[in-house]
Amino acid sequence: MCSLGLFPPPPPPGDITLYEFNNALVCGHLYETLPLAFQSQLADLPVLGLPKETLKAHSRLEHGTKPAFIHHRESLWKRCINAWRDVGVCGVLNEVANAEEEALQWVKTGSRYALAVCHWVSSLHGSLFPHLSVSFWGAGCTIRAFAWHPHTSKFAVALLDDSIRVYNTNSATIPTLKHRLQRNVAAMAWKPLCASILAVACQSCVLVWHLDPTSLSTRPSSGCAQVLSYPGHSPVTSLAWAPSGELLLSASPVDTAMLVWDVSTENCVQLPWFGGGGVTYLAWSPDGSKVLAATPSAVFRVWEAQMWTCERWPTIKGRCQTGCWSPDGSRLLFTVLGESVIYSLSFSEYRGEMQGQVGGSKTASIVADLSETTFETLYGEERIGGEVHSMAWDPSGERLAVIIRGNPDVPESPTVIAVFRTRNSPVFELLPCGFLRGEQGAQPQLIAFHPCFKKGALLTVCWSTGKISHIPFFFVSAQLPCFSPGRSPVAAMASASVREQPLFSEL
Amino acid sequence: MSAGPGQQQALLRQVLGWRVAAAVAWSVLLLPLCTAAFVVLSGIDPFHPLRWVSNSFNDLYTSYIIFCILLMSVVILVISIFNVEFYAVVPSIPCSRLALIGKIIHPQQVIHSVVHAVMGVLVAWCAAVMTKGKFQFLAVPCTSSESLDDAVPQVCLNEYHLFFLLSGAFMGYSYSLLYLVNNMNYLPFPIIQQYKYLRFRRSLPLLVKHSCVESLYLVRNFCIAYYFFGYIPRAWISTTMDLHIDSKLHPLDTLTGLLDLSLLYHAWLCGVFLLITWYITWLLFKIYATETHHFPVQPTFAEETDQCLPKILNSNPPLIIKFLALQDLMLLSQYSPVRRQEVFSLSQPGGHPHNWTAISKECLNLLSDLTQRLIAQQEAAAAANGRAKQPAGELKISPQTPGAIVTEDMSFQLQRSNVIPRAPMPSLVKSSLLPLKASPGSDVGTPFSSPILNCKAGILDLNSPWHGSVQSPHIMRRGPKLWTLNSDLQMNGSHQESFPMFSVVRAGSEAVQPSFIYTWLQNKQEQIKNFLSKRALIMYFFSKHPEASIQAVFSDAQMHIWALEGLSHLVAASFTEDQFGVVQTTLPAILNTLLTLQEVVDRHFKLPHVSSKPPRISGSLVDTSYKTLRFALRASLKTALYRIITVFGEHLNAVQVSTEHKKRLQQFLEYKE
Repeated sequence: MCSLGLFPPPPPPGDITLYEFNNALVCGHLYETLPLAFQSQLADLPVLGLPKETLKAHSRLEHGTKPAFIHHRESLWKRCINAWRDVGVCGVLNEVANAEEEALQWVKTGSRYALAVCHWVSSLHGSLFPHLSVSFWGAGCTIRAFAWHPHTSKFAVALLDDSIRVYNTNSATIPTLKHRLQRNVAAMAWKPLCASILAVACQSCVLVWHLDPTSLSTRPSSGCAQVLSYPGHSPVTSLAWAPSGELLLSASPVDTAMLVWDVSTENCVQLPWFGGGGVTYLAWSPDGSKVLAATPSAVFRVWEAQMWTCERWPTIKGRCQTGCWSPDGSRLLFTVLGESVIYSLSFSEYRGEMQGQVGGSKTASIVADLSETTFETLYGEERIGGEVHSMAWDPSGERLAVIIRGNPDVPESPTVIAVFRTRNSPVFELLPCGFLRGEQGAQPQLIAFHPCFKKGALLTVCWSTGKISHIPFFFVSAQLPCFSPGRSPVAAMASASVREQPLFSEL
Repeated sequence: MSAGPGQQQALLRQVLGWRVAAAVAWSVLLLPLCTAAFVVLSGIDPFHPLRWVSNSFNDLYTSYIIFCILLMSVVILVISIFNVEFYAVVPSIPCSRLALIGKIIHPQQVIHSVVHAVMGVLVAWCAAVMTKGKFQFLAVPCTSSESLDDAVPQVCLNEYHLFFLLSGAFMGYSYSLLYLVNNMNYLPFPIIQQYKYLRFRRSLPLLVKHSCVESLYLVRNFCIAYYFFGYIPRAWISTTMDLHIDSKLHPLDTLTGLLDLSLLYHAWLCGVFLLITWYITWLLFKIYATETHHFPVQPTFAEETDQCLPKILNSNPPLIIKFLALQDLMLLSQYSPVRRQEVFSLSQPGGHPHNWTAISKECLNLLSDLTQRLIAQQEAAAAANGRAKQPAGELKISPQTPGAIVTEDMSFQLQRSNVIPRAPMPSLVKSSLLPLKASPGSDVGTPFSSPILNCKAGILDLNSPWHGSVQSPHIMRRGPKLWTLNSDLQMNGSHQESFPMFSVVRAGSEAVQPSFIYTWLQNKQEQIKNFLSKRALIMYFFSKHPEASIQAVFSDAQMHIWALEGLSHLVAASFTEDQFGVVQTTLPAILNTLLTLQEVVDRHFKLPHVSSKPPRISGSLVDTSYKTLRFALRASLKTALYRIITVFGEHLNAVQVSTEHKKRLQQFLEYKE
């Protein structure tokens, strides 16, 4: 088992991690540039700083155009009707309870009691149905979501003000996407095998933006967006495209059913499941055969993507927080809320003949222990370790980046990114590589690997300061260097692997 | 190559036979459940719940309920037979209102409606018998009303029962009508594969909801009908069966009679019962018929040769078999490496890639057929409005083919589009089309079934009179499109007159400059057209709905979508799995076909009247996915191209394609399409 104790000590404070070379992470000051040989690789990747102040934050939080007009006191009756339309029964009760009119004292008292009962019932509701009270971590940071295009050097960034910017290394135009329905963006995904279609998970619907890659417009009209909505399916928080590019999965923590969309015709099929709440996290395996769907309760499901049957995996402690698939879809790494370990689950080789079987192994095994470890450095003690917030596996299957949330009560245990070297065949191996450090005071929020970086792997990190940086890992891939998603050569090669070997190499 | 019709029928029976049997069996098995629910709900008594439950459970074992179930099974069987006889994988879309009326009064449809009305009466009779109470019998004893003292027992007509029977007939007929109008005979294939039970369970709540709502509307409509015409059947029945009319009761065709809550509730429940049982039958048939079928790629035994995939694709089987085969091709290409290997394999003696050749040839044929059809449609649309904008004098050379007026087929159009330098077809499409045209004139409608063709032919040959007379721009104004109809629909005599006029016009205009006669004729013609287009009724029936004609062109696009997906997955997989390089030989042809189709589809979506976004589909029971097939086709075409291009990458530069296609490919390689 790999543990944090085996890691090299974190880089000194003040330095930031620049790149990996010769199996070691190289640190330096911000102004240091990359060695000349590598500069050409990264020359066109934009390093962005999107500080919070420049955004019109929370502009959408105000309802409608109310603040633009002079305050006008309407009669109680009218206000009640408005509140009913906006919020419902609770709004009416609230309005009556807070009314300034003196005449209706007993009505006010009554509604105050009714409101209290309402609050109590709704709190009970939250404890009965845990999936209704899922909150988002890091909601206050500038960058809400990040998505690399699966084939080209293009990425989309969703910002706090619900706008989305699309950066392309080959063009100077930065389209900004805004839409009336684009509120509380929680996830984004580019359609594979397509030039420029971006699906956005919003509060009430899924927006599918059809962007013209050759267009010079910086503000595509909302006519370019397709609205996919389904009654009861909101808020949408996770999305996944099939690697073959035909279907889109959307899920909401409130709705127990996942939806499979045929986006071109706006047809959808519900995949209902009873019990366990909605779906908080979706991950489609790169070979297209399986889908991980994590629920807000202590269970997650692995769907098989041909006949859409699923295997149910109860976890012991908490809900599944995040997960990622190996490139050939034969191994799933996942983490559980409340435990600081990484589990691994292997699946039998996917063949079309075994229709309707997921083929998971019987138990998951622990491959990494990320519990708190103290590092003695020249600059003092540093304590690193804790729960995993998110994971990303690079498309060639050689590097695994993990955001480890430190203990929030202890100030000197920061949130860090740990990087592992991995190998999936013939045996699964997880070796430590090092910790990534950003600027002083910046905490990593989102991580994603570039889908087609030729010289190894490229990790993009969105920091809490609003900065987006790219950290290259230069190595020669043990597998074929040219990786194409979908039916990849990697998947074909890996079919020869032996499954009955030990799951991880002992160090 | 093509198997005899007898063999194909045998194949159809073999593939579809057990599916139909299983669907019928399941719907008959579900019938007792529905009946039990109906009995329980019809005896509802909120004030005595215990008595209600015990009564209804006692009723369930009685002999007449069992008899009703047997009778209903027969009804289900008849409904299933009609489902099987009427199903279609390619929906027939009426292009104008007249065509819709034509469909309704088609003898086949009339039989359908009459039988469904009779079945509705049977179901309503069963429902009335099971409901008991005042609905049970048609004839009830009553006392004559003359004097209370010498009460003579008489037999009276029970109008409630009659109301039930008539409402059953009405609902059966409405079901049949809605079946036709909503194209419910169309079998939509699901977007994801799922087990039958899950599909059924998923649709069941929708089905129940839909039935309840629809029954509500039907009861309302029937009440209105009965209010106005109810006395006719009542008088007729009472005279023929010599039944008296109980004058103590309110007649039901009055407001007070109809506002009987119990009557309305039971009529509604009867409607729900009827619709649910019939819809379940329909749904099960749909689920079973669209289930995947596993066709072997290579025959294990000699007698199986006719059932293997390449053979079926290349012969001309019933459409449903072809659809199932293409669906199987799509699935095997996507999910099954072993079966893909069989496709790429070589024949044992000889070493020919027969399987791959047969499959790729059929797919390419399908796609190029679609290309031609789209080009024809675009030509027609361009003729209808595009060229009207061009000034008349601009056209220097006009095609002077004598036979153009009478026989305007596609080959002619193609030649023409080559002759005219600024014809709307891009040179790219033109050049690549010529090799595709093997037999001009004959293949306009080879493999496709009638509905599209009719529509297409409607577009085509009705524009034909104008193809020669490009010089007169006014004639081709879009406005009233009276002549864009099949000639059998032209009931008005003046139409026929206009045709010879045209040829005269043309003859004249070819020879000399527009003369006085020519302008006079033109004016006259304009007048006739204005006269006709002002007659709102004629316009109402004859006007073509542009959306409907576009839908008709793409009505069988599901085949092409599967062909695209199957082909592209196979080609992409061949990069690593094709040991003998059999795919490489056809790669240029595949790329050529796909890029040409891409060009044509792009142009199609730029036509006026073509919306670029699919209409909203409400999540109702009635499937309208055929309306959005063209969007699915556009998306899967692009995905298919990208799938091939992503896998092959730079290697595609070595493939021999024309320069324009090369340019296009380069754009795809840079992800700029």
